[in-house]
Amino acid sequence: MNRISLLLAATAVLTIASPSALAAQPGSALLDTYHAAAMKEEPGFRDFSARRGEQFFHAKHGDTSCASCHTDNPKAGGKHAKTGKAIEPLAPVANAKRLSDAAKVEKWFKRNCNDVLQRACTAREKGDFVAWLVSVK
Amino acid sequence: MKTLFSLILSLALGSTAALAESDNKYGGENRGKPVLPSQSNHLWKQECGSCHMAFAPGLLPAASWRKVMSGLDKHFGADASLTPEENREITAFLVSNASNRWRAPTAPLRITETAWFQHKHRELAPAIWKRATVKGPANCAACHPGADQGDFNEHRVRIPR
Ligand code: HEC
Ligand code: HEC
Ligand code: HEC
Repeated sequence: MNRISLLLAATAVLTIASPSALAAQPGSALLDTYHAAAMKEEPGFRDFSARRGEQFFHAKHGDTSCASCHTDNPKAGGKHAKTGKAIEPLAPVANAKRLSDAAKVEKWFKRNCNDVLQRACTAREKGDFVAWLVSVK
Repeated sequence: MKTLFSLILSLALGSTAALAESDNKYGGENRGKPVLPSQSNHLWKQECGSCHMAFAPGLLPAASWRKVMSGLDKHFGADASLTPEENREITAFLVSNASNRWRAPTAPLRITETAWFQHKHRELAPAIWKRATVKGPANCAACHPGADQGDFNEHRVRIPR
């Protein structure tokens, strides 16, 4: 009896700590990729900041920001500023599909950074933003 | 023999006349029939339906779709770029299902600039297009509830207040 509960407890600990369980966290693979890229782009780079990511999301460039289409609340649905088409929430806590497809995330960073900032986003900007999105509860 | 010949001749002439009539409709700028093929394409629906409804291929001629698809990085003020593989698959779908009734040498970028569109919507007052609930002529689904299934039947049109 005792041995069984010990075994169960050990299995539970292993499951929680195992790398596969960590990798299943939304955005963690993306964060690894952006982290490696940021280390190359910026010699002094240490880590991402969710607070910077939040500021980046709300920052206005001319009269547009990321929030123009995604609204100020990442848990809420948005609306395309030009066409009016509905957009599902960005935060994984509200929409499990988000940050699960790296190619899709990269596609939209390319497009949306171009539209809002007229340039590509840096690895740090992308990492900060993802760090913020996954921190939203 | 002679009667058979004249029969064929009159048949041929008759069908040319009928063809000429449909050729000239809207100055040759006519949408296809059907506007949406029964065999759809998943990638097209997903990629061309993310910022607005996916516009059915039969609404424009093949030459228009080629133009649209070669300028996606500067697409009506938005970056809608795709990978080369995605672009190839979607272009093939659009081109092979483009309007089969377009006869003019024109290739407008916008559906809303075509002669058939302007003719069908000529009775709508300009103020209607500006309503917040409509958001412009390109927002087909505001008035055609079945637009993304290619249903533009005039009996099912509903103009929002
Ligand atoms: C003009 C409207 C618009 C603006 C501005 C905009 N987005 Fe988006 N964004 C979209 C649309 C449309 C989608 C894709 C639709 C969908 O997947 O629901 C999208 C998708 C995304 C995704 C994909 C997420 C996923 O995993 O599916 C990310 C990340 C994203 N946007 C980030 C941003 C950031 C960062 C900014 C500011 C630099 C921004 N967006 C500005 C319209 C916009
Ligand atoms: C990143 C967002 C985005 C994506 C992705 C996108 N579009 Fe668009 N598209 C727009 C915007 C913005 C407009 C302008 C809407 C307006 O003027 O009301 C537009 C307009 C159009 C129009 C003209 C409509 C009219 O008659 O006025 C066509 C045709 C079109 N898009 C085709 C496509 C095709 C084909 C694809 C897929 C390859 C696509 N779009 C993907 C943003 C997008
Ligand atoms: C403001 C509302 C509105 C919008 C937006 C709109 N339409 Fe229409 N449309 C109408 C009305 C009203 C008619 C019917 C005209 C008539 O009575 O013949 C019509 C007719 C049509 C017809 C002819 C239907 C038939 O049975 O003959 C087609 C095709 C069509 N629209 C396509 C489109 C497309 C494609 C778009 C978007 C690019 C669009 N419409 C946007 C209101 C609208």
